[in-house]
Amino acid sequence: MQVDVVSPEKLLFSSEAISVEIPGADGDMTAMANHAPLITTLRPGVLRVVQEKDTSEYIVTRGFAELGQGVSVLAEKAVLKADFDKKMFDELVVVAEESLEAAKANMTGEAVDMASKFLSDFNILGESLGFK
Amino acid sequence: MPSLKDLKNRIESVKNTRKITKAMQMVAAAKLRRAQDSAEASRPYTERFNAVLGALASANAAGSGGPQLLVGTGKDQTHLLVLMTAERGLCGGFNSNIAKLAKAHALKLLEQGKTVKIITVGKKGRDVVKRDLGEHFVDHIDLSEIKSIRYTDAQAISKSILERFTAGEFDVATLFYSKFVNVVTQIPTAQRVIPASFDDNESTKTESVNYEYEPTEEEILADLLPRGVGTQIFAALLENGASEQGARMSAMDNATRNAGDMIDKLTIQYNRSRQAVITNELIEIISGAEAL
Repeated sequence: MQVDVVSPEKLLFSSEAISVEIPGADGDMTAMANHAPLITTLRPGVLRVVQEKDTSEYIVTRGFAELGQGVSVLAEKAVLKADFDKKMFDELVVVAEESLEAAKANMTGEAVDMASKFLSDFNILGESLGFK
Repeated sequence: MPSLKDLKNRIESVKNTRKITKAMQMVAAAKLRRAQDSAEASRPYTERFNAVLGALASANAAGSGGPQLLVGTGKDQTHLLVLMTAERGLCGGFNSNIAKLAKAHALKLLEQGKTVKIITVGKKGRDVVKRDLGEHFVDHIDLSEIKSIRYTDAQAISKSILERFTAGEFDVATLFYSKFVNVVTQIPTAQRVIPASFDDNESTKTESVNYEYEPTEEEILADLLPRGVGTQIFAALLENGASEQGARMSAMDNATRNAGDMIDKLTIQYNRSRQAVITNELIEIISGAEAL
């Protein structure tokens, strides 16, 4: 199955793979070949691409995955897990905190919920990576 | 008739100019390559994003009451023009071509009795707008500190545009930038971003597949539409960057060639006048000798 991981700035991964673990907004999912066509948004998390010999992991935030003939993951920010450090994480958390504050100040209900979920997703990600 | 000394000075100064334009051309060529590379690197994302968004949009546009970013505010009164130009000049007609297109667009809208607001990205566009359409200028976004454009820069611009849209400051937003075709051709382009518009051929490609959506289709659409604006602005900025360097490269190439021609002409003139001076001196000596 063809898998592409794309960020606005570059094409990170484009090759054949066996399966992809996607951090979907409503829960993790693993996509293998011949998956039913599906579009899901992403929550901040780890995307794992499993190949025959190799497994590559990316940190992705804000984007979506399209499962069709193959899998295309379009993330606003996508970084190799090995390149992702505490500094980048902290920057992202600050942005998430700011957007939560902004949502609290200007908006109601759903927007605040979404922003606070976004931030808590980050905290969970941070814990699992050992940044907290 | 300029003296020999004057001619010599002029040749020297034109030579210096040629050196500068040649250097600028080479710098532009190197930058063009980088700009083209980053424009190309962003293409897979933009294309796929638009394909998915287009498929979603065409499925949703049929029913009324869709998100405002997709179907518009229902009015067509206030137009926001986003004029994207370079921060620097000396790139041929690049800046003025974009500005001309935007100005024609603005004047047409004004004739129809619409309200026009203009945001500029890039100093050169701001100068033109301030001079000719000063009362419609609302904001300027400064990118002069930024060497290579990143997605976050585009996000900042799109954020400020979206905030204005949510505040009800305008109904329709259009980007003005230059599409890069090749080094000698850049096409000034107007692209509507709010309400969203899609190329037909891109959206029909994916239409045949029936996707499942997680979470719901509406939620995904509401999430993607604001980001679509950022993606389009990012693509436009990169195209613009490549166009600017391409335009500068060919402008500086022309300038270098013109300087070369000028040097040739001046050198001929210099040699002729030198010859004339020598001939004159000879005539004087000979006629002096004959008089004796």
